[in-house]
Amino acid sequence: MARKKIVIVGSPNVGKSSIFNNLSSRYATVSNYPGTTVELFKARLEIGDKECEVIDTPGMYSFLPLSEDERIARLILTKDKPDIVIHVAAAKSLDRALPLTLQLIEAGLLVILVLNIMDEARKDGIDIDIRKLEKELGIPVVPTVSIRGEGIVELRKVIGQLLNSKVSDFFAKDKQLVEYPPLIEGALMGMASCLKTSYFLSKRGMGLLALQGDDEILKLIEENEGKENVRRLLAIKKDISTKVHQPIEYIVNLKLQQRVNEIKAGVLSQTVKKKKDLSRVLGDYILRPIVGIPLLLCFLYFAIYKLVGEFGAGVCVDFLEKKVFGAYINPFFTSIFEKIIPFDWIRSLFVGEYGIITLGLRYAVAIVLPIVGIFFFVFSFAEDTGYLPRMGTMLDRLLKKIGLSGRAVIPIVLGLGCDTMATMVTRILPTKRERIIATILLSLTVPCSAQLGVIMAVLSQQKGALLLWFLVISAIFALTGFFLNRILKGKKPSFYTELPPLRLPRLSNIFTKTYMRLKWYFKEVLPLFIWASVIIWVGQITKIFDVVLYLLNSPLKFIGLSKSLAPVFLFGFFRRDYGAAGLYDLSNQGLVSPRELVVAAVVLTLFLPCIAQFLVNIRERGMKFALGITVFILLFSFSVGFVLNKMLLLTGIYQI
Amino acid sequence: MYKLSDNEEDILESLWIEIEENKDKPNTRVLKDESAFQELMDKGLVDINKKTLLTKEGLKEAQKCVRRHRLAERLVADVLDLKDPLIHEASCKFEHGLHHGLEDNVCILLGHPKTCPHGKPIPAGECCSNFEKIPQRLIVPLKELQPGDIGKISYVSAYEGEVLKKLISMGFLPGKQVKLLHRFPSFVFEMENSSFAIDKDLAGTIHVLLLKRQ
Repeated sequence: MARKKIVIVGSPNVGKSSIFNNLSSRYATVSNYPGTTVELFKARLEIGDKECEVIDTPGMYSFLPLSEDERIARLILTKDKPDIVIHVAAAKSLDRALPLTLQLIEAGLLVILVLNIMDEARKDGIDIDIRKLEKELGIPVVPTVSIRGEGIVELRKVIGQLLNSKVSDFFAKDKQLVEYPPLIEGALMGMASCLKTSYFLSKRGMGLLALQGDDEILKLIEENEGKENVRRLLAIKKDISTKVHQPIEYIVNLKLQQRVNEIKAGVLSQTVKKKKDLSRVLGDYILRPIVGIPLLLCFLYFAIYKLVGEFGAGVCVDFLEKKVFGAYINPFFTSIFEKIIPFDWIRSLFVGEYGIITLGLRYAVAIVLPIVGIFFFVFSFAEDTGYLPRMGTMLDRLLKKIGLSGRAVIPIVLGLGCDTMATMVTRILPTKRERIIATILLSLTVPCSAQLGVIMAVLSQQKGALLLWFLVISAIFALTGFFLNRILKGKKPSFYTELPPLRLPRLSNIFTKTYMRLKWYFKEVLPLFIWASVIIWVGQITKIFDVVLYLLNSPLKFIGLSKSLAPVFLFGFFRRDYGAAGLYDLSNQGLVSPRELVVAAVVLTLFLPCIAQFLVNIRERGMKFALGITVFILLFSFSVGFVLNKMLLLTGIYQI
Repeated sequence: MYKLSDNEEDILESLWIEIEENKDKPNTRVLKDESAFQELMDKGLVDINKKTLLTKEGLKEAQKCVRRHRLAERLVADVLDLKDPLIHEASCKFEHGLHHGLEDNVCILLGHPKTCPHGKPIPAGECCSNFEKIPQRLIVPLKELQPGDIGKISYVSAYEGEVLKKLISMGFLPGKQVKLLHRFPSFVFEMENSSFAIDKDLAGTIHVLLLKRQ
């Protein structure tokens, strides 16, 4: 018998992943939904003698998808044909979750409603009559506090019961829970009789989505029944549209909400007035500019500069570089390879100046790993406390000036960790215009943490150099965004977000997230570092690099840099952080002047995206865009270097 | 300015809806026997020989009747908080009192609503075209609330697809109670145990009935 499929759905921030982790004790796998960059978590689950597959989906607010994430979540429901759908809802926002529950049930899916975060609801004095709610909806309802594991045993039991019984024992077929206005009901009947084939969703559910102009559903019907039938459905929709003066989805949702209110009135009572607790007061203060802006600066200073920069790029890198690699690993492997490989030129592939182990592995593990790891930890912390959406709320107005909205803080801040990952995350931005602006800014101006850490380490040796670098990069960030916002056509973005309560995050969750992200990062990055070593090695022994380095001399001279920096720029082509790490080496050897250091740091920051990001740019934005932006960045970064160099010489800040 | 009886106003109203909104031919047979219809003919507002029945003057007058009716509906629904089956009945009486500029005052009070509670468009009046910020309104867009103000969403005026879908997906629907917490840098409000942040444009599309002013 085929494995049963269980799909978890629900809006963001209700603890879907936590329910998922609790259900599946086994190792979970992450994969992209075919043809997309949306990540899906899958795991196996055994209940009794039954083995199932559990799938965690991206957050969805409504059955009618608005974003790429929601589209995928819905696609899993229609195409993957789950045997059971677990709808996870935050107990205290029952009324915002129930419209989706009603639609899932009416669509003919086998739904279990999980009311999660019951503790917060109880704290607010909310009391929910679970049995009565079950009766109203005709489905099992399970209260849980997933982060403490409460209610999971019951949930497993309910799943087991559903798997072992005939469906009809629990669910009446073609259930109707909502009575829409007569015009809509008539249209639904009409549409249902139009549909000739049977779908995984009920005809009523299909009709309701088609009536609201759901392209995906209409496409599905067209695939199965041909254009003619879709035309008939659209005719029904059009007929209704002329008879009502509000959009159909508005009428449908009003009715749904009305029904939800009726249900809610019967099952929910709120006895105590909610108290002003610490989380609420703090959450409120953070949003006041007078508190929020200093806090934001503090966050950036302590979390990014102190923790990622000084501790990660300073202390940790120092330790790993000098103590671990310098004193043990490099000498160890060098001596081994000296024994087993007699040929110098082959040996240099592994342990030479640019060897796979002595350079590639060292860069990846000793320089990049501690910095990126600490950054991901900080980011996961900001995410789990609920600070991230508040940061977006604070910065929305500023970001609007560069054509983005508060939502863009997530990819932009994540870009400070890894631009490649951040570029993938730009898909949370609702419009193409925002995604383009964010991608360009990430490629051009936002330094990733590996680069950032190294640059901080290098520049902090010179007084004022770090500040100068920061000002130049910020100015370019702001100006580029400003002009893109002017030039690009399309609608200006709008901003809306839910602000989840400030929560004290669980350390184990933060570590898990950091671990998952690091794992992803290393899977992508380590091979590239190794490859870079190999390519450099090939370039070296074939003397191709000598030619390229020679060719680089004149553009470098043009921006006032000595040719000792040429290898840094060449490596920078493979990864920006690789180049920055090279700069770090040179600076430690005292081979570059302060002026050169600042100019090189700025140009390297702006420089060509690393190969991984170039590939992601192609995947997310298309070949033409990726190539265009790369050429632009190349020219732009050198031009900025030229101007900066001239200005530094003219003003006499750094004369040597 | 015509002086019209309640009956005459009702006839003009139904004619206007038949002709302008439903693009239908009005049923003349029923109407012709009524004395009110005769009166309207005498006043030159309807012409039995015309295909659409309403004369140019009549059309104008009829539109005003519809406007009064739908404003009345909004008034009883939003401000007086009447529930659906009663809305029609009450507003049928209300509308005939909304003369001498009173309808414009109601319109201002409600913040120049664009549709009646049933979603039909309200014909715009003079007050709507030279619409300025008018103080002391009961129904205001969310963006004009002050921190601490409490209101109930009475309608959303975003009728273009994407914006509306966003509002729906977040659950910003009529009947929900909101409390504004911040106006700057973004609009932050509480709704049913959850907090939300939205920008000024979206805050301008959500109209609330003020319940408590800080």
